[in-house]
Amino acid sequence: MSALVEVKNLKKYFETPRGMLHAVDDVSFSIEKSKTMGVVGESGCGKSTLGRVIIHLLDSTDGSIYFEGEDITRVNSQKLRKLRDNMKIIFQDPFSSLNPRMTVEQTIMEPLTISGRYTRKERQEEAERLMAMVGIDHRLRLSYPHELDGGRRQRVGIGRALALNPKFIVCDEPVSALDVSISAQVLNLLQDLQDKFGLTYMFVTHDLSVVRLISDDICVMYLGQLVETCPSKELFKKPLHPYTQALISAVPSTDIHHKKERILLEGEITSPIHPKPGCRFAKRCIHECKACHEPQQLEEVLPNHLVSCCRVREINSF
Amino acid sequence: MTSNNGPFLSVKDLVVEYTAEGQVIHAVNGISFELERGRTFGLVGETGAGKTSTAKAILRILPDPPAKIRGGKIYLDGEDLLKISEKEMRRIRGRKVSMIFQDPMTALNPIMKVGEQIAEVIKLHNDITWREANERAVKMLELVGIPGDRCGEYPHQFSGGMKQRVIIAMALACSPELLLADEPTTALDVTIQAQVLEMIAKLKKDFNTSMIMISHNLGVVAEVCDDLAVIYAGEIIESGSKEAIFDHPTHPYTVGLFKAVPHLDDETDRLSPISGLPPDPSNLPAGCHFNPRCPLVTEQCRSEKIALREIEPGHFCRCIRVKELEGEYVRVG
Repeated sequence: MSALVEVKNLKKYFETPRGMLHAVDDVSFSIEKSKTMGVVGESGCGKSTLGRVIIHLLDSTDGSIYFEGEDITRVNSQKLRKLRDNMKIIFQDPFSSLNPRMTVEQTIMEPLTISGRYTRKERQEEAERLMAMVGIDHRLRLSYPHELDGGRRQRVGIGRALALNPKFIVCDEPVSALDVSISAQVLNLLQDLQDKFGLTYMFVTHDLSVVRLISDDICVMYLGQLVETCPSKELFKKPLHPYTQALISAVPSTDIHHKKERILLEGEITSPIHPKPGCRFAKRCIHECKACHEPQQLEEVLPNHLVSCCRVREINSF
Repeated sequence: MTSNNGPFLSVKDLVVEYTAEGQVIHAVNGISFELERGRTFGLVGETGAGKTSTAKAILRILPDPPAKIRGGKIYLDGEDLLKISEKEMRRIRGRKVSMIFQDPMTALNPIMKVGEQIAEVIKLHNDITWREANERAVKMLELVGIPGDRCGEYPHQFSGGMKQRVIIAMALACSPELLLADEPTTALDVTIQAQVLEMIAKLKKDFNTSMIMISHNLGVVAEVCDDLAVIYAGEIIESGSKEAIFDHPTHPYTVGLFKAVPHLDDETDRLSPISGLPPDPSNLPAGCHFNPRCPLVTEQCRSEKIALREIEPGHFCRCIRVKELEGEYVRVG
């Protein structure tokens, strides 16, 4: 198996008036070709920043990023342009991520125009093909975003991302602004496109049931750090990190006959500015002890199941 | 206050319309339901289904214009809320009925200390001094798990979850008999959502409050509601006890909704979305409003107005094919 995208010890810090904000702190993982890596966590855990750093919408502070085995951490603008053909993003908010003054066709054609490799006619044909692919009616090609509903706008965003046939797409909460019946349509579309073109996704979301459905592997993040990563099925059967356990138990269940046992967390996510060394979840963790305030290692506890918790064996009794 | 033998809250044939640019938007088209004391009633539906308009009509806080209550009756404790004067209504708002708004980021006044915002409600409805009102505001903050000494801070100094708790504190400050919760946890993270739902449940029990929970999240509804109604295009298309709806979802839209959301505890790899889009409320399809998206549509569905019928005791469904549907669907839950 070959990893399409790999990050090693990736860090992204932001300077703020109150000090250094550790948005992504020492994160390492890899995404296999044609697979979906789900990244979950609550607001402010750095999951969106992580996606943006990987595709160079933001510069990394430290660490390295590999694409098809090649180190792309520091690249010049010419090289970056080439890379961008292969790495795209679908944004969360289909209302603000489209230019209100551009028609559907113009929006989808824009990457083709910028690439400079297509004639006008080719661009139009390609846009038509893309629109058909993402399920936008041909008669809407001259519509503006404000004339479309959220689901269609998101389809336009997907069409734009697919122009130039990328290999890797970061999906940053692509369905969280959509209604349930529409969100199912968009999720199915993303799955179909992956099957058809062998796309590799990094799917960033706070919605655990969506991530379970769409991902092959999952990374759970807390305050900029990776706390647990393993295959999707395993995560929901056997969550090992206390934060993952609490997170999964917090999702309201539609099973009305079996009341779920819930781990209620105290307090809220603390500030990622100048975090103290050690496990950042320790303050809210029921298993907190002295060793938790030492730096934690991401450790392969079970095959392909990595957890960053010094008490993981003890807690899960093995 | 008057007390009678009827239900605590009863909404009958409520019709709400919005007029915009000469177009009439039919937001609520004849919604009726009843709520007993201490019970929680869920209103489930997608954006634009008319859930929030229904709640705002009960409090009479719909913006007029463009919104107008065109018909119907809302009885609270036997009193018709649509008949009483604005002055009387103001006594009810915040005291007898209060609302938790969806978006904690915009529901608070950004230039007023949170303690004052809570004290304002208390002062308005009780014959007490500001000092006493402030003391009670601090108690309310502590009740929702915020240290009382933060009452002098402004909303921007709080996180989303804490702001939502401030709003809940404000809604509960005068121990209302009816609480309208409009997507109270939608803007929150799951672990915070769990805390907030737990807190609402506890406070509701302590004060024996009745509640209307508006949500599009089936999991949230499953956890907090006793009864629920599914709303589509301003109409109740299915209603009944939580057990009736989750064990035997019957209307094709309800069934579709269950299949369209991923569930944490099942193994499907693919969703079955409802095809098409929600209807344009200014131009609703004739007959059953769901007919253009319905997999089981017949000629009759396109032409005839469909009535809400009782399909088993206490379980109502607005579908003419309901008899044929029995057994056709796998149970959900």
